[in-house]
Amino acid sequence: MAEVALRNIVKTFDRTPAVAGIDLDISDREFVVLVGPSGCGKTTTLRMIAGLEEATSGEIYIGDQLVNDVPPKDRDIAMVFQNYALYPHMTVYENMSFGLRLKKFPKPEIKERVENAARILDITDLLGRRPKQLSGGQRQRVAMGRAIVRNPKVFLFDEPLSNLDAKLRVQMRTEIKKVHQKVTTTTVYVTHDQIEAMTLADRVVVMNGGKIEQIGTPNDVYHHPKTRFVAGFIGSPAMNFIPCRLVDGNGTAGLSVKLSDKLSFPVPEARVARYRPQAGRDLLFGLRPEDVIEKRGELPPGRATFEAQLDVVEPMGMETMVYFVVDGTEVCGRVNPAAAGKAGETMPLVADLNHMHLIDPKTDQVL
Amino acid sequence: MTTATAQVGTARHGAVRYGSIARGQKRALYWSYFFLILFVIFFLMPPVYMFITSLKTSAEIGAVTNPWWVYHPTLQNYIDLLSQAQFLTFFKNSALVAVSVVSVTMVVSILAAFSLARMKFWGSGMLATGVFLTYLIPESLLFIPLFKIFAFIHDLTGIELINHWWVLIFLYPTLTVPFCTWIMIGYFASIPKELDEAALIDGAGYLQILTRVFIPVALPGIIAATIFCFTVSWANFLYPLAFTTSADQLVLPVGIVTTLIKGDVYNWGQIMTGALLGAAPPLIIYAFLMDYYIAGLTAGATKG
Repeated sequence: MAEVALRNIVKTFDRTPAVAGIDLDISDREFVVLVGPSGCGKTTTLRMIAGLEEATSGEIYIGDQLVNDVPPKDRDIAMVFQNYALYPHMTVYENMSFGLRLKKFPKPEIKERVENAARILDITDLLGRRPKQLSGGQRQRVAMGRAIVRNPKVFLFDEPLSNLDAKLRVQMRTEIKKVHQKVTTTTVYVTHDQIEAMTLADRVVVMNGGKIEQIGTPNDVYHHPKTRFVAGFIGSPAMNFIPCRLVDGNGTAGLSVKLSDKLSFPVPEARVARYRPQAGRDLLFGLRPEDVIEKRGELPPGRATFEAQLDVVEPMGMETMVYFVVDGTEVCGRVNPAAAGKAGETMPLVADLNHMHLIDPKTDQVL
Repeated sequence: MTTATAQVGTARHGAVRYGSIARGQKRALYWSYFFLILFVIFFLMPPVYMFITSLKTSAEIGAVTNPWWVYHPTLQNYIDLLSQAQFLTFFKNSALVAVSVVSVTMVVSILAAFSLARMKFWGSGMLATGVFLTYLIPESLLFIPLFKIFAFIHDLTGIELINHWWVLIFLYPTLTVPFCTWIMIGYFASIPKELDEAALIDGAGYLQILTRVFIPVALPGIIAATIFCFTVSWANFLYPLAFTTSADQLVLPVGIVTTLIKGDVYNWGQIMTGALLGAAPPLIIYAFLMDYYIAGLTAGATKG
């Protein structure tokens, strides 16, 4: 068990920066997920924690120890790779016990640890098999077992589920969460899948272009994104962004967001003070699809109704996605299947402005 | 009329298509058998002829009879040869040279290939190419400079290197190491990088990664290299002919030729017997190692 701390970590490959100055504190027993698009530096960061890449500058601490110059084997970490990396010539038992055998653990203890880990992962029946006799999901479990038996200070996961099919991925996601609840080891998990990040993490670290965009709890990054990137990256379908102008109605009318000549929304009371200094500017209006819903009876405060001509209607079963255009920008809404209109029809919709975001297009910061 | 033609056309079309894949496969199979049999006949003819001749007396070999048939089979050639101390010396020298060369080569080339394939140090790429280029220099060009080097060493240290069977242990690796290293680089490079990283994190040092992960995983490649190496050191003719002369220092290929051909007298029966006996060890080694030659050992290591 240990904390992990990164202090201004930089990594450049042939002068190309992969990680451009990262500060991150991970507490003991915490499950932190690094998430971001390909090439954002998340895997490189993980590999630097593992010791598989050397940091160009900055400091990495595991526990209280500065580990920049400590080889991987002495960092007391365990890593699960994207493509499993099982030793093909060894049985599952041998794969899982390899690290312990190298460290010359007594045989009875090795046996106990492997069997214990196998029980946690439900792979006791597979201990005698070789990797090629296993399915993808089973291989992934063995890879996790190899990490668990070592009882390391830190678990590192490098996109462990991206090679699995969709159904298995969801199942293994739950497994990983269960395992972490049982073993409670500090975990750093890398993924490009924002749903994986949201479901697994105690804290999510959203990365982009070698930098951290935002660190926060899953709810935090979802509901209070700090940048346009985070707002757009977290959540599926992605947040709608519509160019707008913040208009000050002077006096009683208050602030309003003008999306097009025909469509304007009043800014909810609670946000007026926050947005007032930006009045008159061209901004970006952000609203998640689930905040664009069908009209249901009385309008609570902070909601505004409008009519939209539907372009595309996608039934998903428990909900239906409706797409329409506002001033040249496609907007997605999430409505009750019973209330959804057909493509080409005009449908009354409601925007929940209590969850709206305004983004400065110059700085990409959420205001 | 038009309808009838159309029907015939369809029927014929259907007949051609039906089972055409199976038929195509069959035809391909026939042709492969044809060429395989042709090759087998072509390549088995010399050993069969050797075997037939080895069972004949000198008189029968010289007689005008069907050369592909033995009328009075005898094992005298085998008895004569195996009771000659000289022949057994050749055999012993050959065996010692081959085993030593295989050991030296495998140690050197596995270590070299591992470092060239995995430890990306400055100039490793150039070195790997260099290793291969040395293999391209024919041995017939190398033995004269080697003579010079031996003479130089003799002048410098007083150690006589020429006319000792063991000098071949130093000479053959010049042929075997580059090729085996090249084969092994290819094999090691095909092992996923994550495998050594996993081992590194599990606590293995580079030597342990090599011995406990790379060698077992690359075993098919190592066996291929071993077979090549053994064949070269067992059958090489030029170097022992050039560097060894005394009868007690000769290895099998040169020994048979120099002792069984006296002037223009060819003892064909014994030459054939010697050649056949000489060919036995590589055959046995092939048969033995082929059992361990399990291709596709990396299956299951990573996402397939």
